[in-house]
Amino acid sequence: MTAKGQGRTAFAYLAPALLVLGGLLAYPIYQLVLISLFDYGQEQVSGGAPLEFLGLGNYQKLLGDQQFWTVLGQTVGFAAVCVVGTLLVGAFLAILATRVRTWVRMTLFLAALGAWSTPAVAGSTIWLFLFDANFGFVNEVLGIQGFSWTFDKWTAFGLVAAQVIWCSFPFVMVTLYAGIKAIPGEVLEAAALDGASAFRTAWSVILPLLRPIILVVTIQSIIWDFKVFTQIYVMTNGGGIAGRNLVLNVYAYQQAFAASEYGLGAAIGVVMTVLLLGITMFYLRALKRSGEVL
Amino acid sequence: MRLKTLAAVLGVGAVVACAPVQSGPTNSGTDEQTGQLRVWLFDEVNRAPKEAVVKEAISEFQGKHSGVTVDVQYIQVSSRAERFKAAFSDPKSAPDVAEFGNTDLAGYVSAGGFSELDLGKWDESKDLVPTILDTAKVDGKTYGVPWFVGVRALYYRTDVFTELGLQPPTTLDEIATTAREIRQKKPELIGISAGGKYLFAALPFIWANGGDIAKSDGGKFSATIDSAEAKAGVAKYTELIKDDICPPATCAGNGGDASVEAFRAGKAAMTIGGDFNRKSVDASSAAGKYGVVPLPGKDKGSVAPAFAGGNLLGVMKGTQRKTLATEFTQLLASKKYQQKMYTAMGNLPTFSDVQKQVADSDKFLEPFTKTLQSGTKFVPVTPAWAKIEAQAVVPTMLQEIVTGAKNVDTATADAAKTMNAAFTS
Repeated sequence: MTAKGQGRTAFAYLAPALLVLGGLLAYPIYQLVLISLFDYGQEQVSGGAPLEFLGLGNYQKLLGDQQFWTVLGQTVGFAAVCVVGTLLVGAFLAILATRVRTWVRMTLFLAALGAWSTPAVAGSTIWLFLFDANFGFVNEVLGIQGFSWTFDKWTAFGLVAAQVIWCSFPFVMVTLYAGIKAIPGEVLEAAALDGASAFRTAWSVILPLLRPIILVVTIQSIIWDFKVFTQIYVMTNGGGIAGRNLVLNVYAYQQAFAASEYGLGAAIGVVMTVLLLGITMFYLRALKRSGEVL
Repeated sequence: MRLKTLAAVLGVGAVVACAPVQSGPTNSGTDEQTGQLRVWLFDEVNRAPKEAVVKEAISEFQGKHSGVTVDVQYIQVSSRAERFKAAFSDPKSAPDVAEFGNTDLAGYVSAGGFSELDLGKWDESKDLVPTILDTAKVDGKTYGVPWFVGVRALYYRTDVFTELGLQPPTTLDEIATTAREIRQKKPELIGISAGGKYLFAALPFIWANGGDIAKSDGGKFSATIDSAEAKAGVAKYTELIKDDICPPATCAGNGGDASVEAFRAGKAAMTIGGDFNRKSVDASSAAGKYGVVPLPGKDKGSVAPAFAGGNLLGVMKGTQRKTLATEFTQLLASKKYQQKMYTAMGNLPTFSDVQKQVADSDKFLEPFTKTLQSGTKFVPVTPAWAKIEAQAVVPTMLQEIVTGAKNVDTATADAAKTMNAAFTS
């Protein structure tokens, strides 16, 4: 078969998958970009007003808004804390799981899976009950009845971050645990025979072998935590006092979708997609440069 | 590389050629005299009495019109925005007659959802309270009939006031001083449960001081929340959400429901509540030991203008049975059925004579009807208001002040700027 024929065959095999991907990914993104270029509100959707092409008008409005930058900064900071927290807690518990007896490990896994499978709205509400100012269990134990965790900007952010970490560490833990278990015993044995300390084994043997897995869970966590909506929306009652706990997704919902400004909302969506793609690309490149490929 | 160029060309072409979807014009042009009339009403926590009254109206209507059936669907208040948006976008799934909140009116009308009503031939319409009928108008045209109205007044704990030898406040300024005194003598109580997100409690303070949210100049709105009068009102209201009356950590995040909840729980000596809160307060620890007076105005003996909330009944623009729909609207909103709805649900009627009638028979309603008769006010009637509400502009402003993030001048100026952007967009 000629090279050209080979290419054609390959394309024919790939076509169904491409079609599905195109339908599920490309078309919505195309619509998103398209809508972001118009003044597209409820009047326009239901035909009560003519469509107006704005070009980059929605983007201009967004980028010129001081609050957008504040919210963007908060989102990045909040996501960073959540990602680091999730990875640390997940990694620590994964290592712990490899060192304990079976029934302890089972209990740990069951508890983690419970947290993982709790719906976000239910989880957030339960945390709010636990940390309720007057009747909450936490305040009761600490003896600080009347203290409101959700009033101050930083305690509110801290509480939500803790909740996000609580419901996302199990994924990291389970994945890393599987990764550690998959490391061949001979490798570790060889390291032990060479007289490597436990720390040295972890740092120079286990960690490099886990790198591809860590990479995946990190990217996943970045994307998840950047897009947090439910926890902020439920726990800070839609963005906190005077909107000081807003993150990008909640901001987009409040400014654009609740207000029926779909064009502006789509613009925020495009900006978020570009940002996340950018972060992921940057991360992948940095890894490639250091000699790793996914 | 070639593929990239192709994709780019295709992309640009598509963007230029296509536009986001729009549904067509919704006017149907037909006016059938028989068939099924579809009606949307709001679901309630305790719907049975409402449903019974509506059924009675339906059988009366069907008796008068042979070949006509009326189908009622009860929709959730919380998801109404999505339901109505969908109905406007797809006239086929839309009802002929619908109940809706009066603050939603301007947005619905500009979305092309409701048709203008001619109430001239309807005798009873002349008894509708004018300020309440105004809440059904956009640019001078009427798009609905007020079905019931809700106003707020000052709830206070009679036992606490008697114990401390206090009288209910008679001026707006006295609210703060009385509330402060109560909290000083009984530190476990909130002086008055006011909320940082409780727009309809804050508005009377602004109106009583002669200010307003915005003014209309020939249909063009501009914010006046930063006027000297409005600022005085904002300052008076935010003074209540301070540690010596209603601590920000507890009160800043509260809306109307949470504010009344504190009063229900017996944790507050006063609150601003509506006639519609009566049943829930009567089923709480404050039952039997509270009284209600109109929210006092700036001068002794005056009443602060209240927000005229309430629901309207309107005819959808896409209806194919406009005459029937209008007749059914007028029947359900008539004096007879408003009276029945009051008995069933406690909804305050919108006719002045029916209002007087029910107030005479039930002393509890007196402060509310008195508030209604001394004049009510409303939020700006423009589709931009829905946006301003969704973006929480006024609550954010109040919260910025009570947390000390901004002073009254800066916060109101910023709010005015955001509002003006919404008015002109």
